[in-house]
Amino acid sequence: MSQELYTNIAIFVLSILVGFEVISKIPATLHTPMMSGANAIHGVVVVGTILIALEAHSILFYVIAFIAVFLASVNVAGGYVVTDRMLTMFSKPKKSDDQSQDGGEK
Amino acid sequence: MSLLMTIVSLMYLISAACYVIGLHMMRTPKTARNGNRVSAVGMIIAVIMTFLIALHQNEATMTGSLILVVGLVLGLGYGTIRARTVEMTDMPQLVSLFNAVGGGAAAAIGTFDYLSMAAGSHLHFAFSFPVALDLVIGGITFSGSLIATGKLAGKISGKPITFPGAKLLNAVVVIVILVSVVLTIGFAANSWWLILTLCASLVFGILMTIPIGGADMPVVVSLLNAFTGLAVSMAGFVIDNQALIIAGALVGAAGTILTLQMAAAMNRSVMNIIAGGFGTGDSNSAAAD
Repeated sequence: MSQELYTNIAIFVLSILVGFEVISKIPATLHTPMMSGANAIHGVVVVGTILIALEAHSILFYVIAFIAVFLASVNVAGGYVVTDRMLTMFSKPKKSDDQSQDGGEK
Repeated sequence: MSLLMTIVSLMYLISAACYVIGLHMMRTPKTARNGNRVSAVGMIIAVIMTFLIALHQNEATMTGSLILVVGLVLGLGYGTIRARTVEMTDMPQLVSLFNAVGGGAAAAIGTFDYLSMAAGSHLHFAFSFPVALDLVIGGITFSGSLIATGKLAGKISGKPITFPGAKLLNAVVVIVILVSVVLTIGFAANSWWLILTLCASLVFGILMTIPIGGADMPVVVSLLNAFTGLAVSMAGFVIDNQALIIAGALVGAAGTILTLQMAAAMNRSVMNIIAGGFGTGDSNSAAAD
């Protein structure tokens, strides 16, 4: 087994464990936004499609690469925007009164 | 490692940290929106770094770059417009649609790299194994999520759709998938194995989803979401990109936990929902924990 493969497998296993731990118990109202947020994160597949698109050298590969880039970018853009819209429902009430608490927003 | 690759690797690490922190912040309503933004920042970093690699390698053909830009503009535009204009009540099916295209993109990466191998060439196990998994999982989530989208949108009947011989057909398709996976992993590159794997997986995705009732759909979408994460992770192994491996594995695991919680909130077990769809009925297979 090559060093690269070992590193990749180690990263994979540790990421799985982090994924299991990072969202413990969450309220039922957040189930759908959380699903949508996770859906947006796997939009990272767009990174892979960018890399293959630049490797394409013939018509068949251009077609596959185009489909891949298009699908992945729909996933990533739509995923984040729709999650943000869902979550506007949660951030509305607190905006008016307690401005003192969240000072350091970027 | 060159200076550029060092910077890119470190920035990929930061973007991975952004996803973890973002997901963690999404656990509570108060920080959820900012959590999503943290994760979006991580995504933007990852994409910029990828373009840096691309510029540095500078191997791209004119057509390839053009296709990339057109695909990105169309995809980002379409995704953003759909997400902005959708009614609040129609959001679940849109999430399911975005999940389908993610799975499709992961399967397309596997297809691309498998076809890049010269026909008849011997494949290394470290390549062929993740390719086969990527094609199977990506294919299942693509067609399965599209069916789920149709059911949630009311375009396909929300009632469980069953037909005589469904169990037999399922068994046949599963066997075809297993055979095609073995052919893909253990034998020389041949585009027919790829086509067989993809078609069988797409058919299985449909068969898996149509017998499940509309009320159980959110849990199924969440399960398919976890599947897509895994497919993306496998695509990361195929093209040796750690950003994909990390984010995909993270979503695969977090999505699984989320699926279990969603099912528990409906007093159902995931096994019951999936198996119930396959016509094994209302057996009390006691929620294993």
